[in-house]
Amino acid sequence: MPSSRHTPQSAEDLRDIVRSGMAAGTRFEILGMGSKRRLGRAVAADEIIDMSALSGITLYEPEELVMTALAGTPLAEIEAALAQRRQVMAFEPLDLGPLYGHAPGAGTLGGMVSAGLAGPRRIAAGAVRDHILGIEAVTGHGELVKAGGRVVKNVTGYDLPKLVTGSYGTLCILTSLTLKVMPAPEEERTIALAGLDVEEALRLMRRVLAGPHAISGAAYLPAWATAAYDHRPVVFLRLEGFAASVAARFRALAAQMPEQGEMMELDGEASGDVWRTFRQLGPALADDGDDLWRLSIPPSAAADLARGLEGELKARYWLDWAGGLLWLLVPPSAADAARLIRERASAAGGHATCLRGAAAEPFHPLDAARLALTRRIKAGFDPMGLLNPGRMYEGV
Amino acid sequence: MPALDESVIARRGAIAAALKTLTRPDNVITSDNELKPYESDGLSMYRQPPMLVVLPETTAEVAAVLKYCSDEGIKVVPRGAGTSLSGGALPLGDGVLLGLAKLNRVIEIDWDNQCARVQPGMTNLGITNAVSHRGFYYAPDPSSQIACTIGGNVAENSGGVHCLKYGMTTNNLLGVEFVQMDGTVLTFGGKAYDDAGYDLLGLVTGSEGLLGVVTEVTVRILPRPATAKAMLIGFPSNEAAGQCVADVIAGGIIPAGMEMMDRPAIHAAEAFVHAGYPLDVEALIIVEIDGPQEEVAELTARVDAIARRCGATTCRTSETEAERALFWAGRKAAFPAVGRISPDYYCMDGTIPRKQLPHVLHRIGEMSAEYGLAVANVFHAGDGNLHPLILYDANRPGEVEKAEAFGNDILTLCVEVGGVLTGEHGVGVEKRDLMEVQFGAEDLKQQQRVKCAFDPSSLLNPGKVFPKLHRCAELGRVHVHRGQTAHPDIPRF
Repeated sequence: MPSSRHTPQSAEDLRDIVRSGMAAGTRFEILGMGSKRRLGRAVAADEIIDMSALSGITLYEPEELVMTALAGTPLAEIEAALAQRRQVMAFEPLDLGPLYGHAPGAGTLGGMVSAGLAGPRRIAAGAVRDHILGIEAVTGHGELVKAGGRVVKNVTGYDLPKLVTGSYGTLCILTSLTLKVMPAPEEERTIALAGLDVEEALRLMRRVLAGPHAISGAAYLPAWATAAYDHRPVVFLRLEGFAASVAARFRALAAQMPEQGEMMELDGEASGDVWRTFRQLGPALADDGDDLWRLSIPPSAAADLARGLEGELKARYWLDWAGGLLWLLVPPSAADAARLIRERASAAGGHATCLRGAAAEPFHPLDAARLALTRRIKAGFDPMGLLNPGRMYEGV
Repeated sequence: MPALDESVIARRGAIAAALKTLTRPDNVITSDNELKPYESDGLSMYRQPPMLVVLPETTAEVAAVLKYCSDEGIKVVPRGAGTSLSGGALPLGDGVLLGLAKLNRVIEIDWDNQCARVQPGMTNLGITNAVSHRGFYYAPDPSSQIACTIGGNVAENSGGVHCLKYGMTTNNLLGVEFVQMDGTVLTFGGKAYDDAGYDLLGLVTGSEGLLGVVTEVTVRILPRPATAKAMLIGFPSNEAAGQCVADVIAGGIIPAGMEMMDRPAIHAAEAFVHAGYPLDVEALIIVEIDGPQEEVAELTARVDAIARRCGATTCRTSETEAERALFWAGRKAAFPAVGRISPDYYCMDGTIPRKQLPHVLHRIGEMSAEYGLAVANVFHAGDGNLHPLILYDANRPGEVEKAEAFGNDILTLCVEVGGVLTGEHGVGVEKRDLMEVQFGAEDLKQQQRVKCAFDPSSLLNPGKVFPKLHRCAELGRVHVHRGQTAHPDIPRF
C-alpha cells in the first residue's frame, strides 16, 4: 500500500513532487476523487498524489464555447457552471459513480478525461477526445508542459490532448484542461419502441441513422432489463435540438417506425431519465455480482456477438451507440469468459474492456508491434515508469 | 533543413536500383525533367527537387521502401497530391520522395457501419462522389478538395468551411493503416467508435507525415442534410460583423459554416465571379444553416434577427439551390480572385478566439500600412480561423521577405491574443521557426519525444514542424533534479 500522500497546491508544486520522486525512484498513483480507481489494473505505487487541491474553473467564456479548469475540479461543479449558461459537454461523459459505489456525478475533470469514456451522444457529437482542446501537465521528466490551445481549429504541433485522453494517467499528470463546450439542446424527445428482437432493432437503428433525423441517442434494452416496459425489449431513439426542429423530426421519425412494435413517446424529463440511466450504466447496478464488460465494435457485428455471448456465457447484454457499444453482464462462474469475449471482440474488429470483475487484464491486450510502440510512447513521457505504473498494461 | 548527406547522394544510382526491386521499375523516377514537378507543393516559395521519387502501389511496397530506407539511413518525405500550403511535402535533396498517388482506390463502402475504407491517394471529393448516389457524403471539405488526397488530409488534419459543425478530419476518421519508418505495418482504429490502448489514431492525425505513412483510411460518411440555406449579410464595419458572429454562437446556434470577408476580398471576389455581393459594405458574412427544413427555417429567422440587431445593412437568404451556390461562389473563389488583382499573394492561417476578430483585423490593417503591402482577409469566422492574403510582387526585390515578415507578425499576434499559429494548413517548413512563439522549450521537447517513439533515427520528413532538431538519445535522457528547479527565475509559460 502507498505509504504517503501528496496534495499539490499548484502545478509547480506538483512538478517538484515528481522531481523528488525521480531522485528517489518513487512510483505514484494519481487520484482525483478515486471514483474510478477500480477501473484498470492495480497500480504498484509507493505514494499517492491527490489532485483535489488543484481545483477550480479558471476560464469560462460561454460565447466562445470554451472552458478551462484545473484537473481536480469536480465534474459536478463543471456541469453546474455549464448548466447556468445552458451549455453542456456534448459527449455526455459516462457517469461511473454509481457503478463503483460513489454518488452519481462523482469524479473530477482530470479523471473523466483520463478515462475518456463518452456516453450515448457520442454517435452524434463525438467522443471525449474530440472536445479536449488543450492540456497542461507534468510529465515523468519532471517538466511542466502544455499542448493544444483554447481554440477549436488548431493543428499546431502533435495532438497530445487526444493522446492523453483515455491514457489513465500513465503518460503525465494533467493539471489543467481546456474543453470545447456546446449549447445545451433546447428540447429532447425519445421514441421508445417495444417488442423488437435484437436483429430487428439493429436494422431499424441502421435505417433511421442513415436518414436525415439527426438522432442523438440509439440504444436497445432486451427484455431482462425492462421491468418498466412489462419485460418487452425496447429500442430508444432520442431527438434533441431546437423545439420546432425536434417536433418536426419526431413526426418524421415516428412515421418510420415498423408496425410490429408498440411506440411510446417520452418527453422532457422522462426522456432525460432514460438517457441518464444509460450514462450511469443503470442495467448493471441492480445486482453487482456479475462481471461487467464493455465491447466497442462495428455496429453491424452487434447482433451476432450479443446472441453468441448471451448463449455461451449465460450473459445478459444491452446496446448503446446503435450497436457500436455492447455492454455485457457475465456471471463470474462462466469459465474462460475473458478469453472468449476478447476473441469474439477482436474477430469482429473491436475490443473489450472489463469494468467490473476479476479479469487479469481489464484492457484489451495489444498485439506485439502495438504494445512495443505503446511502451516507447510511455517511455517518452515517463521514462522511469513513475506515473500510474501498470494501470493499463504491464509496464504501461 | 537538415544538412545534405553527400554520402547518400553519392549512392543515388544504387538506391534507385534497389528501389526498382521493391516496386515496378517505372515507379522509380530519377530523371531531372520528371523530378521537376515534385520540387514544391502548394507553398511554391520553397523549391527543392528530391533525390528521387518512388510511387509504390501497395501497402507491402510502401513498407518495403520504408524498411529499405530505414536500414540504409535514407531520409523519406511522404507526399499526396502536393497541395500543402505549409511546405509539408517539400522534398529533400538527399531524400526519397514517397508519393502515394498510385494508392487511389476505394477498398470498401460499408453502408451498414456508415463508413468508407479508401486508399490514401484517393481525393477528398472522390470519397463523397463514391457515396453520393445513396445520399451520403464525407464532411470535411478543404477548398482544395478536388485535388487534395485523403492521406494528405490525415497528415495535416485538414478542415474546410463546414468543420464548424462537422469537425475537422480527425473528428471524421475511424481508422488508419499506418506504416512505421522501420516498415512495421500497424492498424489504429477500424470500424468501431474507439480503439484499445492509447488514442494513436488521434495522435497521428495531423502529425504532418513525421510519424509514419498512412496506407489506408476509414472515414465516417454522413447522410446529406435534408436542406441547406445560405445567408449573405453585409455590415458597415468589421466590429459589427464580428459581434454578429459572436452573437450567433452565443445564441446556441452552430451553423454548418460561417465565413467572413473584408472589403478588399469582397471586391476582388465580386469582380471575379459576379455573385451579387454588396459593394458598399466593409464586411460580409456568409452563414450556412443545414438540417431538417423546420430547423433551417427557424434558425435562418433567428440569425436574421441577430444580424439586424448588430446593424446589418443587407441580409439575404438563399431561395434556391442555385442561389445558395452563387452566394458561396465568391467565397470559394476568393483566393484566385485575389490572385487576379495582385501578381502574388501569401495565404496565412492562424486561429484566434472569436471575440478578438475586430482587434486583430484592426492590427492587421495597421501592419499593412507599416509594411506597405495590401491585405485581403477571408476567414472561417465561426471558428476564428483567419486567412489573411498578403498581396506582393515577387519580382520586386525584397517583397518576398517583406511578405514573410508581415505574415510572421500576423501569426505572432494570433498567439498573443490567445490563438495559435495554424488552424488547418499545418506548420510544415513555413511556420517551423515560429513554434517557439507558441510553445516553450519543454513543450517542444516533449513533442519530439513522441516523434522519437515512432522514428528514432529521424528519417521521416525531418526538418518540418520543429525549429530545432534534437537527437533522440539526448531527449530521452533522464535529468534527475533532486527536488531542485534548474532555473527558478525563468517563467515557464
